[in-house]
Amino acid sequence: MSDSLVKVRSLVKHFKLEPKGLFDAPPVLRAVDGIDFDVQRGETLGLVGESGCGKSTTARLVLRLIEPTSGSITLDGVDVLATSKKELMALRREMQIVFQDPLSSLNPRMSVGTSIAEPLRFHRIADKVERFDLARRYLEIVGLSKDYYDRLPHEFSGGQNQRVAIARALILQPKLLILDEPVSALDVSIRAQVLRLLIDVQAEFGLTYIFISHDLSVVKRVCNRTAVLYLGKIVEIAESERLYREPLHPYSQALIRAIPEANPDGPRADSLAGIEGDVPSPVNPPQGCRFHTRCPHRMPVCTEKEPPLMEAGDGHKVACFLHQEAADHSDGQ
Amino acid sequence: MTNKDQIQETSTQRRRSASELRRENFHIMLRTLQLAWHAYAKDKAAVGALIFIGIIMILTIFAPYIAPHDPNEAVGTRGGLPGTDGLILGGDMEGRDLLSRLLWGGRIALLTGVAPTVAATCIAVFLGVVAGYIGGWIDQIIMRVLDVFFAFPLVLLAIVIAGSLDPGVSTLILSITIALVPYIARLVRTTTVSVKQEPYIEAARAGGATTPTILARYVLPNTLAPVIVYSTTLIGLMMVVASGLSFLGVGTQPPEADWGTMVSDGRAVLKKAPHASAFAGFMIVIVSLAFAFIGDGLRDALDPRARVR
Repeated sequence: MSDSLVKVRSLVKHFKLEPKGLFDAPPVLRAVDGIDFDVQRGETLGLVGESGCGKSTTARLVLRLIEPTSGSITLDGVDVLATSKKELMALRREMQIVFQDPLSSLNPRMSVGTSIAEPLRFHRIADKVERFDLARRYLEIVGLSKDYYDRLPHEFSGGQNQRVAIARALILQPKLLILDEPVSALDVSIRAQVLRLLIDVQAEFGLTYIFISHDLSVVKRVCNRTAVLYLGKIVEIAESERLYREPLHPYSQALIRAIPEANPDGPRADSLAGIEGDVPSPVNPPQGCRFHTRCPHRMPVCTEKEPPLMEAGDGHKVACFLHQEAADHSDGQ
Repeated sequence: MTNKDQIQETSTQRRRSASELRRENFHIMLRTLQLAWHAYAKDKAAVGALIFIGIIMILTIFAPYIAPHDPNEAVGTRGGLPGTDGLILGGDMEGRDLLSRLLWGGRIALLTGVAPTVAATCIAVFLGVVAGYIGGWIDQIIMRVLDVFFAFPLVLLAIVIAGSLDPGVSTLILSITIALVPYIARLVRTTTVSVKQEPYIEAARAGGATTPTILARYVLPNTLAPVIVYSTTLIGLMMVVASGLSFLGVGTQPPEADWGTMVSDGRAVLKKAPHASAFAGFMIVIVSLAFAFIGDGLRDALDPRARVR
């Protein structure tokens, strides 16, 4: 574990909402409620879960685009949360993000070439001629023509714009790249190309990825390890291959069973097999295990205590009472 | 450090790149203007209005050379109809040449329409962007103070301010500017708040941009377009307000020619010589309408998405 690039420890983000009445205490939205994970150098960690489970909030916390309520984040041994403004500036060069909607993540009044060169300008790296050359080089790295320098984002397709956004994120040569649903807004036919590009540049630049998605089939393709989030908590984290083969948490099991298979004889993909109801509100999460309201294997203890994230062998961690006393308990499934 | 190492160029390469960059930047500018004009030109009324305002501006700027007579000198019969005494548009109730007065008066009318709107826009953009982007108690202070001004109708506020100062053109401009700021500032603030939530602002922050950079390069360019459109349509309205103030006697003072005072002067002889009021009133209406049409055209021209290659 010595080679972790990112270490996140008991990270919490509570958003205060508008109070209902004038004198009411403001309700608190527990977007991220105590999560721990490490990201190894050069690996791709997937963060999956339904919308509203805290995936994107985690991404913004790691980049310190929003301030956490508590917890700690270190990047390459540097405490991200304790940095001064100047140090944060230097830190921002090490970590970049690619957003979901490529069109709205680019300034509509700025040529794509200028947009790519912007981070260099922010950090006062290179003069304008060098920035121009670098921007054109990165256009080519992401598979676009350097003649596209003067185009505006609305003249491009979603896939092309996402390539521009990737070029902008790469130009500072960061160590960590956070991909917040990078292909979710793209046409299915374009997805594979952009994923291919992401895998290629990861090898070329030796990047570490945090890959956020709700699409488990995409995560399976690109991620070494995958963490499953539910209502601001990690319920299971394991090597992707292992997680997909034998998920332990009932929620992960349901998610993975819901992946549509291109096999007519295989098990039918149901909406979320065996799980009823909707995700409870993160403003008022259930007592005990957060998943107990929808869990098919609910036990009395689940409504009282919150299961900790425990090792279940080979770095496979799960937060479920079914797997707490691993040996003498028969598997829930 | 590392990024700079990626580029190790000879001086020849560098010179070539520099000239390509200049060409590229020039090209971007040219194409932006071209596309904007293309979008603007689709609106025929806007093109017509632009040509019309252009002609009016040239005529009024060169009024001293074009005007056939001194605007403040009686050269014909009182209330002479168009054509009498060799005066094309006739004379007013003092016998002064109406055409000359219209040309001279247009200078003040346009000035009192354009100057306060431009000044108010500059002030309002600053206040609105600061309030909208920074938010919190700064937002509260700025907007609540502006709300106080908002409580009074625009014209009434302008009258009060102008009435407490010495009447004249500069008073006219100052009073309208002050009365106008809250209206534009509110639009700027709303637009800024919505632009602030765009993902490209967050992307810039993640890239390492400081707040001043974000304001100058991301917020301002995207906020300005609707504000320019709104302000352009306001120019015509402010001309009417300025004319109104002059009409009430707190603006330009006789005998100085101004479209507002001309309407007011002609009122006394409305039955005998209706043309004395009518020409000036007609000009006010047409010119303010033209500004409204130009605003409409700018709406399309300034939206990058409306431009089609």
